Amino acid sequence: MERHTAQQNFEAVNLSNLISKVSDLKADGYRLVQICGVVLDDDTYEILYSFDKDHIMQNLRLDIAIDKDEVESITGIFWPAFIYENEIHDLFGVKFNHSALDYNGTFFKVSEETPWKPKK
Amino acid sequence: MGKRTIVPFGPQHPVLPEPLHLDLVLEDETVVDVIPSIGYIHRGLEKLCETKDYNQMVYVIERICGICSFGHGWGASAAIEGAMGVEIPERAEYLRTILHELSRVHSHLLWLGLMADAFGFESLFNHCWRVRETVLDLFEKNTGGRVIFSICKPGGMRKDISNENLKEMVEVLNGLKAEIKEITDVFINDASVKNRMTGVGVLTKEEAVELCAVGPTVRGSGVAQDLRLAGDHGVYHELGFEPVVEEAGDCMARTIVRIRELLQSIELIEKAVAKIPDGPVDCKVPKTVDGEFATRLEQPRGEAFYYAKGAGSKFLKRMRVRTPTNINIPALVKMLGGSDLADVPILALTIDPCISCTER
Repeated sequence: MERHTAQQNFEAVNLSNLISKVSDLKADGYRLVQICGVVLDDDTYEILYSFDKDHIMQNLRLDIAIDKDEVESITGIFWPAFIYENEIHDLFGVKFNHSALDYNGTFFKVSEETPWKPKK
Repeated sequence: MGKRTIVPFGPQHPVLPEPLHLDLVLEDETVVDVIPSIGYIHRGLEKLCETKDYNQMVYVIERICGICSFGHGWGASAAIEGAMGVEIPERAEYLRTILHELSRVHSHLLWLGLMADAFGFESLFNHCWRVRETVLDLFEKNTGGRVIFSICKPGGMRKDISNENLKEMVEVLNGLKAEIKEITDVFINDASVKNRMTGVGVLTKEEAVELCAVGPTVRGSGVAQDLRLAGDHGVYHELGFEPVVEEAGDCMARTIVRIRELLQSIELIEKAVAKIPDGPVDCKVPKTVDGEFATRLEQPRGEAFYYAKGAGSKFLKRMRVRTPTNINIPALVKMLGGSDLADVPILALTIDPCISCTER
């Protein structure tokens, strides 16, 4: 075991190839680490998917248009993704389609709807 | 199929002080389905970080959790240092490793106490927490805090710990070993404890991997997954670290993993104190954060993820923390299926849940 800096592997994906990329990672033996939302600007979110294999992380970036794009759920590939997809839905207002466990906006009990969505 | 009943468990429950809610679907006394709910204590700390500069932000991050506060401060600092391209002095890496392992000792002692309390073994609970007090005294003496230390910062450490104090820390911890062994022997050998934990809540190796479990939860199912092996942070590569793994996958296996890790952490501290070099404990860092960095740390409860994205100023555009309980909830749901209603509190405790961490 040697000391090194955590590798930074980021790859851009789009709405049409997200599922195939995630399926490929699962087939390669990766596990899901996390999914998070990032506000890039008033009109764009980045959804960052992180996976791990043998302590090396692989990240996928998905840029989506706020209030326009809907994202296909990856819960069919990684069931634990429901935790993150419901969180992103409740805080940012991103809609995930075909989720295996959709809380319909009740996962986080927030007093304000989608509090982390940019205010226009 | 018998008549099904839904029993709500939490968010307030005598055994579990964490606001986790479970809808337990029962057939007689057997759990056949579980729907987990969280969201009662979301504090928006990640969003709050965007309004603080990168130095102030670490104080916020530490308050995600009172048990793993040091690790959160370290993880956030490491993510910012990565985004800045800064390498901290070797002595600071050693000090971070020592304090992180000391946090693991106090976290596992706290958890063992809670576990004993959950199955009604009050005296065992008191002994675990009595020993933990000595560890908290060590934190107070060396950092000034018992819960929140604020000693970690981007660029290193805010203050040094003298070599004399570090040697005294090792002496105190070595003095605790006999007491820890006496306490943990009860967990391993007592018939009533074994009855409650052996063969209960089995999570197979395949299930643990499929459900992306982390920490003692996955290592208790025979998977050698531990971020300390990655060598990204700290000095574990110089201490001969090997992860603790148990094969049975039940409540007892997850408990034994934590017991062995408790003693392993004391040994790691001893080795680190013997090797720590003299030198500075911090370095100059840029005034602004421009890049981004994703990294992870092995917290006492398991892998935690930190992502910092700079905004070209002293503020961050995004600080993301994914804590271990987030990703262990699906494994908990799996463990609960087929369990007895009376075992639910103990099963929930074996993932060492921290909902404050989970919701941030």
